[in-house]
Amino acid sequence: MLSVISPIMRIIEIPMLALQRMLGINRLAWVFLAPNLILFGLFAFLPVILNLVYAMTGGENILLANRPGVGMQNFSNLLDCGDYFDSHSCRDDKFWRAIWNTVWFVTLQVGFMVGLSLLTALILNRKIRARGFFRSVFFFPVLLSPVVVALIWKWILQRDGVLNAFLDWTGVGGVNWLVDAQWAFAWSVFISVWAHMGFYTLILLAGLQAIPRDVYEAAIMDQASPWRTFRRITLPLLSPTMLVVLVLALIKGVQTFDEVFAFTGGGPGTATTFIIQYIYQEGFAGAPRLYGVAAAASLLVALVLVALTLVQLWVNRRNANG
Amino acid sequence: MPAILEEKTMKTRIMLATATAALALAANAAMAQELRFTCYSDGNECEVYDDIISRFEAENAGVDVKVDVVPYQAILDNLPVQLAAGKGPDLAKVTDLGGLNKYYLDLSPYVDRAYWETSFGDTLNWYRAGADDKGIYGLHTQLTITGPYVNATLFEQAGVEMPGAGATWDDWAKAAREVVEKTDADFPMAIDRSGHRVAGPAISYGAKLFDAEGNGVLDDEGFRAFAKQFVEWNNDGTMLKDVWVGQGGTSHGDAAQEFINGELVFYYSGSWNVGRMDKQVGDFFDWRAVGSPCGPAGACSGMPGGAGIVAFKDTQHPELVAKLIDFLAQEDVYAEAAARTRNLPAHLAVAKKGVKYENSSEAAQNALTAFAADLPNVSPIAFRYQGYPGNRAMFGITVERLSQAVAGELTVDEAMDRMASDLKAAQAETK
Repeated sequence: MLSVISPIMRIIEIPMLALQRMLGINRLAWVFLAPNLILFGLFAFLPVILNLVYAMTGGENILLANRPGVGMQNFSNLLDCGDYFDSHSCRDDKFWRAIWNTVWFVTLQVGFMVGLSLLTALILNRKIRARGFFRSVFFFPVLLSPVVVALIWKWILQRDGVLNAFLDWTGVGGVNWLVDAQWAFAWSVFISVWAHMGFYTLILLAGLQAIPRDVYEAAIMDQASPWRTFRRITLPLLSPTMLVVLVLALIKGVQTFDEVFAFTGGGPGTATTFIIQYIYQEGFAGAPRLYGVAAAASLLVALVLVALTLVQLWVNRRNANG
Repeated sequence: MPAILEEKTMKTRIMLATATAALALAANAAMAQELRFTCYSDGNECEVYDDIISRFEAENAGVDVKVDVVPYQAILDNLPVQLAAGKGPDLAKVTDLGGLNKYYLDLSPYVDRAYWETSFGDTLNWYRAGADDKGIYGLHTQLTITGPYVNATLFEQAGVEMPGAGATWDDWAKAAREVVEKTDADFPMAIDRSGHRVAGPAISYGAKLFDAEGNGVLDDEGFRAFAKQFVEWNNDGTMLKDVWVGQGGTSHGDAAQEFINGELVFYYSGSWNVGRMDKQVGDFFDWRAVGSPCGPAGACSGMPGGAGIVAFKDTQHPELVAKLIDFLAQEDVYAEAAARTRNLPAHLAVAKKGVKYENSSEAAQNALTAFAADLPNVSPIAFRYQGYPGNRAMFGITVERLSQAVAGELTVDEAMDRMASDLKAAQAETK
C-alpha cells in the first residue's frame, strides 16, 4: 500500500515545495484554508453581511440596487415602544407580540423539556422491563417531520377531531382547542415538547450512563436515601450535560417555526405567532414584502442566538477543562 | 468491392448520417421554443387550459408549453419573489392583478387592440398601473363575484322562509340563526377569511375605501360599522369563529367543507366555488347561490375579481407568449374554456351570448346565472378597489387586524386604528 502511495505523495510534494518556497511556510497555511474560507465566506459570512445591508434599506424591491437606503430606520421602528412589556404601546405591535410569545414559549417549553427529559432519562436508565422498546418509543417523534407532527395533532385537536370525539363520548363535552388563545398556546408548547423530548432524553441518558457506578455503590454503603443520592450525586455529575441540553433547547426554542406554523398558523389572532414567523410574514407572505424590516428583525434575533451560542461554547469549554 | 473500400464507404456513410443527425438536432433546437405557464386551479382550469393549449402547440410546430400546476398559495407567496429575482415563468395565472403590473409584458404591440378593448372592456384596467397606463397586460379568464351559498334544504326542514331579494345582512343572520335552532345544523353563517371577501359586505355597510385623493383607506365609519357587527357575530356564535381565528397571519381560510357537510346554513364565498359545490354536495342537499345581502348604507354589493393569464417581460419569447394569450382570448376558445371550467366570462361577446356550462347540474347552472345576475349590484367602489394596485396590502391588513379583534386581542377601535397605521406604513414603503 505504502509503495503505491509514496510515488503519488512525491508527485504532490513537488508543486507544494515550490509553493512553499514561493509563499513561505506561514502563508502556505492560507492555501490549505482557502477552500473552507471561500465556502464559509460565500454561504455564511456573505449572507450575514447582505442581511445587514438589507436591514438598512426600504421599499419592496428585492434587488439591492433598487432599494433606497434608510439607515437605522427599520431598527428604530421595531424598537419604538412606550413600554416594552405592553405591545399595544409599540409602533410595531406584531413584532413585540411575537417577541413576548417567543419568550413565554421558550421559558415554558425549555422548562418542561429539560424537566421531562431528565425524568424520562432517569426512568429509562433503570433496569425496567422492555427498556429498549420504551427508549425507541420516546425517540420516535424526533424522527417525524415537523409538518407531520403538526398535522397529526391538528387532526386530534380540531373542533371535530379525535380528542373532542372522545370527550363527547365520555360526556365531558369537547373544547374548541385551536380557537381559544390560551389553549392553542398551551398545546403548541406540549406538541413541541412531545416532538423533541426524545432527543434531549437521549443526551441525558448518555450523561447518566457516564456517571461511574462506584460512586453509587459508595452511596448505597453509606445508606444514602434515593433522593439524597439523586441530589448529591446524580444532579451534580449530570449538570454539565444538563447545561448543554438547556442551551441547545433554548436555541431550538427561539428558532421554533415550522411545527407551530403548520399547527395553528400563528393564531388565534397572534397568540402563537413567534418571532421567526413574524420575520417570514414580513419578508415573504405579506403585501408589501418588507424585506428590510424582516432583515432587521432577523438580525435582532441573531444577536440573541449568538449570545446563547456563546453560553454554550463557554459551557463546553468549562466541561472540557473539567 | 474490396474489403478496404467497403470499410471506407461505410465510414463515410456513418459520418454523413452523424452530421445530418447533428444538423437536424441543432435546427430543431433552434426552432424549439419552450414556454413555462405557472397555473393554479380552483376547479379544473389548468387541466382545461393544458388541453386547449395542446391545439395551439399543434398549430405552431416547435412550440412546447409546459403547464406547471401549483397551489394557489404559491401564486401568492412564491411567484412575486421569483419575478422580483428575474426568475419567473413566461406566463402565469394570477389574482394580484394590478399589484404585479411592473412585471407584466405589454401585449398591445402583438395583439389587435380594438378586439381586446371591445371584448374585455373594464377588466383590462384591473391589470394596469393607473389611469394613464393604456397597456394590454392580462386575459381575464375567470370573472368572479363574491356572494353567499345557502343550504335550501335546511331552510325547508326548519320551516323558515328564506329571505328574498333585497334582504339585509341582519335578515339573513336572523333567519340563519333560526334555522340552526330548528335543525341539526351547527353554524348559521361564515365568511371566508379574506380581505377581498369582507370588502363587499363592508361597502354595503358604507365603507368608502378611498380618500379624496384616491388613496386607499380602511378606517372610515362604514368599515368600522361592519367590523363591529362582524366581531359581534363571531362572538355570539352567528359566525363560525374557526374560520377567522383558527389560523394566523394573512392566511386564507374558508368554510366550504362545513357547508358541504351540511353543517353551515349561509356561506359567503364566491362564484369560483360553484364547481366544487356541484361536485361535492351533489344531491346531498339543495343549495343555492343568492345575491349579496344589503347593508345599512343601502348597497348590496359583492366584490368582483377573479384571475387572469399574464405574460412577464423577462420572457425570452415575447411574441410567442403574446400569440398564445391572444389565441386563448379568441371568442370561440374563450367560450369553450368558460364552459368547461364553469367560470363567468369576462369576454363581453361571450357573456352576451350566454354560456352553456359543461357537465354542470341544474343547481350549478342556476348558481352561475344568479352570480352573473348580481354583477349589476356591485358597487363602483368595489370595481375600483379590485383594480387598485395597493389592494393586496389592504386585504392582508384587514385579515390580520380583524382576526385580532375577533380573537379578542384588540378592540374593534384598536383594530381599526392599527389598520390605518399599517396601511400608512405600507403606502410609504411602496411610494
